[in-house]
Amino acid sequence: MSSSSVLYDIPGPKARLRNRILGIVSIAAIVALLAFVVYKFDQTGQFEARKWEQFQYAAVQRELLNGLWATLKVAAVATVLALLFGAFFASARLSDKVLFRAPATFVVELFRAIPLLILIFFGYYVPLQYGWPIDKFWALVIGLTLYNGSVLAEIFRAGINAVPYGQSEGAYAIGMRKNQVLRLILLPQAFRSMLPAIVSQLVVLLKDTALGFIITYPELLFVGKQIGGRLAFGLPYVPTYLIVAAIYISICGLLSVLAWWLQKRLTRLPRTAAKPLPATQTDGGTGVTPL
Amino acid sequence: MGEFFRVLTDNASLFREGFYNTVKLFLIAGVGSLVLGMLLGAMRVSPVPALRAFGATYVNLVRNTPLTLVFAFLVFAVPKLDVNIDYFNSACIALTAYTSAFICEVVRSGVNTVATGQAEAARALGMTFAQVLTLIVLPQALRAMVPPMMSVLIAMLKNTTIAAGFSVLEAGAIPAYMSERGEPQFIVLTWIVIGFLILILPLVVLQRILERKWAVAR
Repeated sequence: MSSSSVLYDIPGPKARLRNRILGIVSIAAIVALLAFVVYKFDQTGQFEARKWEQFQYAAVQRELLNGLWATLKVAAVATVLALLFGAFFASARLSDKVLFRAPATFVVELFRAIPLLILIFFGYYVPLQYGWPIDKFWALVIGLTLYNGSVLAEIFRAGINAVPYGQSEGAYAIGMRKNQVLRLILLPQAFRSMLPAIVSQLVVLLKDTALGFIITYPELLFVGKQIGGRLAFGLPYVPTYLIVAAIYISICGLLSVLAWWLQKRLTRLPRTAAKPLPATQTDGGTGVTPL
Repeated sequence: MGEFFRVLTDNASLFREGFYNTVKLFLIAGVGSLVLGMLLGAMRVSPVPALRAFGATYVNLVRNTPLTLVFAFLVFAVPKLDVNIDYFNSACIALTAYTSAFICEVVRSGVNTVATGQAEAARALGMTFAQVLTLIVLPQALRAMVPPMMSVLIAMLKNTTIAAGFSVLEAGAIPAYMSERGEPQFIVLTWIVIGFLILILPLVVLQRILERKWAVAR
């Protein structure tokens, strides 16, 4: 990007000097900012051994692992259900019959417009009020499935529509049925083109499991609050949240790298007539994905 | 049906206050994240490697962090650093810090949609950097940026509900109050959904109009 940017030419001697000065000034500013943060941490005693020592205990490590396990469990169940939900509603939206298409469009557009937390509240407060025995786990799974399933339905539909029309035309011309065209021609090509977008959406799903904190489902963030609130260790909120953040960032980061790698590989070896869908997480646009 | 409307009229002041704070959060964090996001976006397309690296690091860290964690850090951890911010301002900062990473990406990819040849031709005509930027690059890039920018802002409007978990009385916090009053939660939540649809609809319509009006043929 540095050599072929739209904004500026390949720098000459004067511009190189100016860029170097700007570079030194900005490095100084960034270092000053970091130094201020470290100073503030040190001043308020965030580096005291007392605040960090409980992370050496096997019991605390097990607590964190249990939280992580609870997070991953919700994410895994919701991923499977959301993929099924998405496949079902995408195929309904792609149907020729308005009887299938219209309700599916309504459902998908509605669930994408509702804030995810409100969807989770439907599964949490309503059963709570009537004393129905619904687990917080399922309240979270239902919310995540409805929202991410609807987004995935749109990704699937866009993926199928991104396969050039000539492909299905050609398949019909050699006598294939609608079912065969979808199964043998469109899906295999569409799947490759939408894989990066699907993985990006799964990162969003994994991040959104942290909403379980608000309905007190004991996932990673909730566990972090408990560990951070221990008076005996000097209320180590800062160290705990830094550790929790590192866990989230490394897992989501790995998935994001996978999405990026898939997209790169896809552009290098297309093996599909469809253009790849972008892998950027928009984090839930509403009825508006410009595809 | 009478019950359905009764829930709204009996608790009108709570609904009004909740949605008033939601809109306030949205507007403050919207302006904040547009400013910070554009600044970060400018860093990411700048010729200075240190600034580019800083922008990229910020975006990659924030995009892979749950927003709820950003909220929790501001509300529980930051006071331990002797920095005291009230709940509403913490919510504004959390939403701004998170959303600006997405705005930054929109800015960067918007600038990258402009073909290099456009700016090269402009420079060949002898235009200065300011002229290339304001007459050639930005008019084209802005058109490509607006629809995804609106998507990010709509997502942010929905994300304001997370503040409910952190002591801000906005629309998402209404159910918690209602469970004390014993109102039927299904109806309460349905009204909140209707409220959000009313807030989101104009944004979606605006986005569709801008998208159609400003489409760039390439």
